[in-house]
Amino acid sequence: MSTLTQSTPRAAQPDAAPEKELRPPSYWPFVVPALAVVLAIIIFPWVFTIWMSVNEWKVGSPTTFVGFSNYLRLTGDPRFLEAIGHTLVYTVLSVVLPLVFGTFAAVVFHQKFAGRGFLRGIFIMPMMATPVAIALVWTMMFHPQLGVLNYLLSLVGIPAQLWVFHPATVIPSLVLVETWQWTPLVMLIVLGGLAAIPTEPYESAQIDGANLWQVFRFITLPLIMPFLFIAGMIRMIDAVKSFDVIFAITQGGPGSASETINLYLYSVAFVYYDLGYGSAIAVVFFLLIVLLAAVMLYARQRMLWTEIASDA
Amino acid sequence: MADHKISRRTLLTGTAAAGALSLTGLPARAEVNWKKYAGTKLEVILAKGPRGDNLQKYVKEFTELTGIQVESEQIPEQQQRQKCVIELTSGRPSFDVVHISYHVQKRQFEKGGWLADLTPYMKDPTLTAPDLVESDFSAAGLQYCKNDKGQMLSLPWSVDYFILYYNKELFQKKGVAVPKTLDEMVAAAEKLTDAKDGTYGFVGRGLRNANMTLWTNFFLDYGGEFLDAKGNILTDGPEAVAATKLYQTLLTKVAPPGVAGFNWMESMASFTQGKSAMWIDGVGWAPPLEDPAASRIVGKVGYTVVPAGPKGQYSATYGDGVGVAAASKNKEAAYLLCQWIVSKQQGARLLQAGGGVPFRNSILNDAEVQKGVKMPKEWLQSVIDSAKISKLGLPVIIPVAEFRDLVGAAVTATLAGSDPAAELKKAHDQFRPILERSEKA
Repeated sequence: MSTLTQSTPRAAQPDAAPEKELRPPSYWPFVVPALAVVLAIIIFPWVFTIWMSVNEWKVGSPTTFVGFSNYLRLTGDPRFLEAIGHTLVYTVLSVVLPLVFGTFAAVVFHQKFAGRGFLRGIFIMPMMATPVAIALVWTMMFHPQLGVLNYLLSLVGIPAQLWVFHPATVIPSLVLVETWQWTPLVMLIVLGGLAAIPTEPYESAQIDGANLWQVFRFITLPLIMPFLFIAGMIRMIDAVKSFDVIFAITQGGPGSASETINLYLYSVAFVYYDLGYGSAIAVVFFLLIVLLAAVMLYARQRMLWTEIASDA
Repeated sequence: MADHKISRRTLLTGTAAAGALSLTGLPARAEVNWKKYAGTKLEVILAKGPRGDNLQKYVKEFTELTGIQVESEQIPEQQQRQKCVIELTSGRPSFDVVHISYHVQKRQFEKGGWLADLTPYMKDPTLTAPDLVESDFSAAGLQYCKNDKGQMLSLPWSVDYFILYYNKELFQKKGVAVPKTLDEMVAAAEKLTDAKDGTYGFVGRGLRNANMTLWTNFFLDYGGEFLDAKGNILTDGPEAVAATKLYQTLLTKVAPPGVAGFNWMESMASFTQGKSAMWIDGVGWAPPLEDPAASRIVGKVGYTVVPAGPKGQYSATYGDGVGVAAASKNKEAAYLLCQWIVSKQQGARLLQAGGGVPFRNSILNDAEVQKGVKMPKEWLQSVIDSAKISKLGLPVIIPVAEFRDLVGAAVTATLAGSDPAAELKKAHDQFRPILERSEKA
């Protein structure tokens, strides 16, 4: 019965096929929902942000059109210029260090040894913790008088450090937290890569008498490069927009020594309620991210070329 | 057995007497019609902390008294401030009663016109109990809750005085007397500092923004005023430079390393572990200091007023209040709740638990209330003494947060060796245009 009723409407349109040239517009109804969502949650906020950035827009005051003056203000704002520097240093360090340690950890955990599964589990635990909660724990660990880190250093005779409480060491200390938390992610990605490498190249290298470093440098590293690239990309995106850990530990301090663009943007928009100026920062920040992404994509493109070249 | 009987009987008679009193007392004395708005539902937005806890714990009593249902939520301070501002700007806030931080939000709320004028309600005997009169609030409280037209826009709830906490044990060990002046305090701190042992004479907020609350206390003691008659900011004048020099000396010579990044939390940790001998901060930290689970110096803490400077002795004062949103549809009912929040009973509970200090003199000076205070007597005395020398600790302007960030960063920078006068000048060059823009708008 049901097959009959279903087939009836199809049968009722015997001349559907000749109208083929009229069919292309029929996909529009399928595109419209997605288009509406994209317009509402991506395009509209962006256009609106750009609109706000060319206005003097403070909560509780009337808005006035000011053209590019918010952007001009940015060029002479020492806090903003410093924040760009902090963001770059923080990003580079917290991409490179987890990549190095994560790769090392992956190579170690790729070996077969007793209790490997258990230790792997322990190793990825930092990744599972809530950033704000661990930030508060680290804050107390960094305490120059009472923190456990200085106690550990004192056991091996190293003098007490100021960690996040001194402008010169604050960014490296924050990167330490970031590295501790995200090295496991890099390890997981690289482990996946290692599992996919065939054993033959290693066997032939062994026959050729390659040492451990040579095996790593000329076989493992090139073969896991695509995975490292993915890990690096994820780390970069995370590090540039990092907010919670920095905010919870230092709030950008001491002074403004660890204030990244994100933190400054937050202060301007949601503490000073200067939405116009905050939007200008957001636009510039966005351009910076686009630039970084372009550099990464360019590097990826070049890597493809070398792959092809080596294939040939 | 006999004891048991007596206590039960006493309890019963006591309850009966109280009941009778309230029966005869209430309608005769005050004609407040508490039940008039029974059935109304109110929303309250609170900053997280002991004040909010005190409200939520006893709010059932208010519902019993008035028949008004109260929904309240506590949000961490900074987020609560943001949420309030955003909702109030939208014109349709989700709350009727709002908890405001005067020292940050006073000018902003007044300029936005977000709060209902409570003056007519205060004058209406059917809405206001006779014991709630303007003159009962301390001068700082009235300064905070009234706008320049003299309208009462909120009811002052809890005040925060800066006091000096000190470690009696360390003082005794070194034979040091409790300082009466800032100079004496520096000298005492030098004697108490023993870097080898890891103990230091003084600890306090060094972190940008947070540090302004401590710095301004020194600024006031050096005779500083925040604004001139025209509203120009004066925090880079000679008083400010002198205050910064004192701040710099204390935090670089006799304070724990890393103090430049300390907020109250790290400072308190150093103090409760017996690693710092003196700490200047808000009066509300006594409960954790006297809590054996959180502190190693229970019973050894001394409490006194902030020492005098060359031009006077002040306690930098901050505070919060409760107001009714101008957009609320239940203003009268919301006012009743505000009144209950700052009532004598609720204020007494707050004070006795050490969770805050009411702005109302009738509570603070009540011998019965004082007897119930669980904190040490010295603490209460420091509160009463600070009330007499209280002075607002931050300028009453709209861009308070920018002020605290910029000048605070300058003050923190001096801890790394920068020159106070030059740093303050640089910060004010940045801050003046911001202040002008906000006042002009």
